[in-house]
Amino acid sequence: MAAENTKNRVVGIDLGTTNSLVAYMEGSTPVVIPGVDGSNLVPSVVALDSASAEGGRPTVTVGNSARKVLIETPERVIYSVKRLMGRGVSEVQSELKFFPFRLAKDVEEGEVPRVQLGELSFTPPEISAYVLRQLKRNAERFFGAPVTQAVITVPAYFNDAQRQATKDAGRMAGLDVLRLVNEPTAAALAYGLDRAKEGTIAVYDLGGGTFDISILKLKDGIFEVQSTNGDTHLGGDDIDNLLLAIALDEIHSEHGVNLRQQPGAVQALRKAAIDAKIQLSSAPVAHFDIELPNGDRYQREIPREVFEDVIEPILQRTAAPCKQAMLDAGVIPEQIDEVVLVGGSTRIPVVRQLVDDLFHLGARGKKPHIELNPDEVVALGAAVQADILAGASKATEELLLLDVTPLSLGIEALGGTVAKIIQRNSTIPASATEHFTTGVEGQTNVAIHVVQGERELAADCRSLARFDLKGIPPMSAGLPRIEVKFLIDADGILQVSAREQRSGKQAQIEVKPTYGLTDEQVEGMILDSFDHAEEDFAKRLLIEARNEAETILAAVEKAPESPAWAQLTADEKEKIEAARKHLVAIKSGEDQQAIRQATVALDQATRRFAELMMEAAVTTAIRGKTMEAAGDEMGDNIAAPHPMAPAEFK
Amino acid sequence: MLNAQESTITTAASAACWACSAQLEAAALFCAQCGKIQPPSGGNFFAVFELVPRLNLDLGMLEHQFHRLSRKLHPDRFARASAEEKEWSLAQSSLLNDAYRTLKDPLARTYYLLKLNGAEIGEEFAGRNRPENEMGTSRVPADLLEEVFELNMQLEEMRMGRKMGEVDEQLQSDLKQAEKKFLGLEDEVDEKLHAEWTNWDEAAESGDETARDAAQKSMIALLDRRRYLSNLVRDVTETLGE
Repeated sequence: MAAENTKNRVVGIDLGTTNSLVAYMEGSTPVVIPGVDGSNLVPSVVALDSASAEGGRPTVTVGNSARKVLIETPERVIYSVKRLMGRGVSEVQSELKFFPFRLAKDVEEGEVPRVQLGELSFTPPEISAYVLRQLKRNAERFFGAPVTQAVITVPAYFNDAQRQATKDAGRMAGLDVLRLVNEPTAAALAYGLDRAKEGTIAVYDLGGGTFDISILKLKDGIFEVQSTNGDTHLGGDDIDNLLLAIALDEIHSEHGVNLRQQPGAVQALRKAAIDAKIQLSSAPVAHFDIELPNGDRYQREIPREVFEDVIEPILQRTAAPCKQAMLDAGVIPEQIDEVVLVGGSTRIPVVRQLVDDLFHLGARGKKPHIELNPDEVVALGAAVQADILAGASKATEELLLLDVTPLSLGIEALGGTVAKIIQRNSTIPASATEHFTTGVEGQTNVAIHVVQGERELAADCRSLARFDLKGIPPMSAGLPRIEVKFLIDADGILQVSAREQRSGKQAQIEVKPTYGLTDEQVEGMILDSFDHAEEDFAKRLLIEARNEAETILAAVEKAPESPAWAQLTADEKEKIEAARKHLVAIKSGEDQQAIRQATVALDQATRRFAELMMEAAVTTAIRGKTMEAAGDEMGDNIAAPHPMAPAEFK
Repeated sequence: MLNAQESTITTAASAACWACSAQLEAAALFCAQCGKIQPPSGGNFFAVFELVPRLNLDLGMLEHQFHRLSRKLHPDRFARASAEEKEWSLAQSSLLNDAYRTLKDPLARTYYLLKLNGAEIGEEFAGRNRPENEMGTSRVPADLLEEVFELNMQLEEMRMGRKMGEVDEQLQSDLKQAEKKFLGLEDEVDEKLHAEWTNWDEAAESGDETARDAAQKSMIALLDRRRYLSNLVRDVTETLGE
């Protein structure tokens, strides 16, 4: 019975530039699934351990543990790989100016770029696949059962190649990607779920690396996207890079130290820049205080006004897409009933001010929606869409998402101009049928170049693929009539089919994607096929369950040393001891379910103790110590991660 | 010959349900017996919405139908269905979306219906890009010849000025005036088109082919003018917005 339920389980994944999350529907509420460390966010960071002593292949780590390596061995870490998805070699090259990692030396133009990671190199979809596999494992650990089907979110403004690369990553991670959902649309789903709303809403999504704006109409449970626009190259990363560049320049001119050649120092400085950025969302001023390799200190105060001036040009780049989206949807700001803010960068006060100005909110006595955590809302929406796809759920049976294609689809015509065949903002699935013929006597091939974008010349648009129609029966020029059907599916990905109408023959099409991997390449990159360290599923779950048991037992054993222990009643202590003994007794057994239950029981028994310790920690922090130091003093295990921790809604 | 062949193919398709073999109604999306989705039968955009081809449409009703059919046909409803049903859902829902996009837009709808009726007209507004320099003089409506000539001079002057980094304010306000005027002319055309819609619909209702052909002819001329004007307005707007 339970097995039947889990077999149908579809999870929702937000594969972000900075952080990734996995969520599912618990009854009628979407919930984020935490990782082993109790955190809902898995940093989209992938690191390669130094080659292991056993001489095996070095192992890949993902998330917080990978992020820790970033400052010590930056050459063994990759982050923000989403910015590289579906892009060509030269594009990636210019993008990497701001990153400590480099392209592999043997990569050639026209190939899918590979990034050097330690002694190995990986394509961007492979790196993303590692992040996805971590999320998959987190979900499997949570459910105690395999998870094979997922909905993954992508920026609404992602083009065909970027979408295909994301789907490829899912396949490499062992996930059947049932649907790609646009991030702003997912956010709208998360917000619209519990209220039977009608009206027009705008979703302003400024994340780590991408910006999207979508305008939707809600009616009778149908979320109909009217228009979307954005910039797949604009986000919090750009703000970090800007602050970093300023700091590097100042350090160079004031202290004569050029840190640009020292990746580790650059990463430390980047972290300081990010911290300053985050601080400035709540504090009027932030400080840089960095020790330089020559012993000098780089100290600088950044008042919020200065910060706002500096980032103004970046934020202004979000204005034009918003205006275009309103124009395309045929609405003026006054017709927008609600604005939803998504993405960590929307925490910046001046961003909220800009949104207020763009949509005339304050003037109308309105405020943007920020009730759901902007870091989590996309994953929550993905879980809702996953539930819709799984079907047969009361909570979502009335909901339907009708999304659009963000970019026009065209074919290159004579003289290099573009003939548009599907306009941007067309509801998907969308299709167009075109007829082609031959220009030369006896010609048996016709080549079609498909592009995406709004510009008049094919060279200014994004090349999508070249299709070669083959096997046309030899006839006089202009006589064959080849019908080609272009169809953009519900994932926003193009499918093409062709038919020669006189012979009725299905024409053969050879597709050469301009950017992207072939099916065979993806097949060869499926993670578990070369990851021989992979345990079989049950064994892995057992090991993880034991590890969790060990973690909590170690914390409980240390507990009597804490002053908080004295505050517990005798009854509470007795219950903890009983739960502890039970867990110790069964933890070496083979039943992972039982171990997990015993772990949860012990965790629940110690919950009040954990709360008392947290209070003590806060008090310590107020006495002048940082929270982090307080945590260190008490050991890492104080708030033993509650394996079933509910999602935090802030 | 070719057309005849095509139409026999479409009418011959799926007379019986693939799942339960029950007899299907023409252009059925679903089997009335077992409720299974059917392969697309090649109906026109009006048939998708079970509408008689008419130019005056109740847009609220159209939206309602669009939502109702989307709920049934969208690929989200077939995420775990067989590969064939998935493919049909994709084909059916893309046809539905294409139909809705065309019919809800007054100009696209007019073009579509006239073409359905065998009218030979130029390129559509939606779905096509105007090839560069097509805005030649050959099809300039006679009454606009002088103004268009003047306007093109001004546009050229404006673009040249921009290149040099100068903005001639007088020129700018002249162009804004012209934009306003041509927008007004567009509205006039739209009004006339609406009147012809009613003529066409009534003629189709009563089977009066002469009246219908007259309305059709008039609409073709109006659409030509409308397209010409909207290209002009677009050029002015673009030049002003640069």
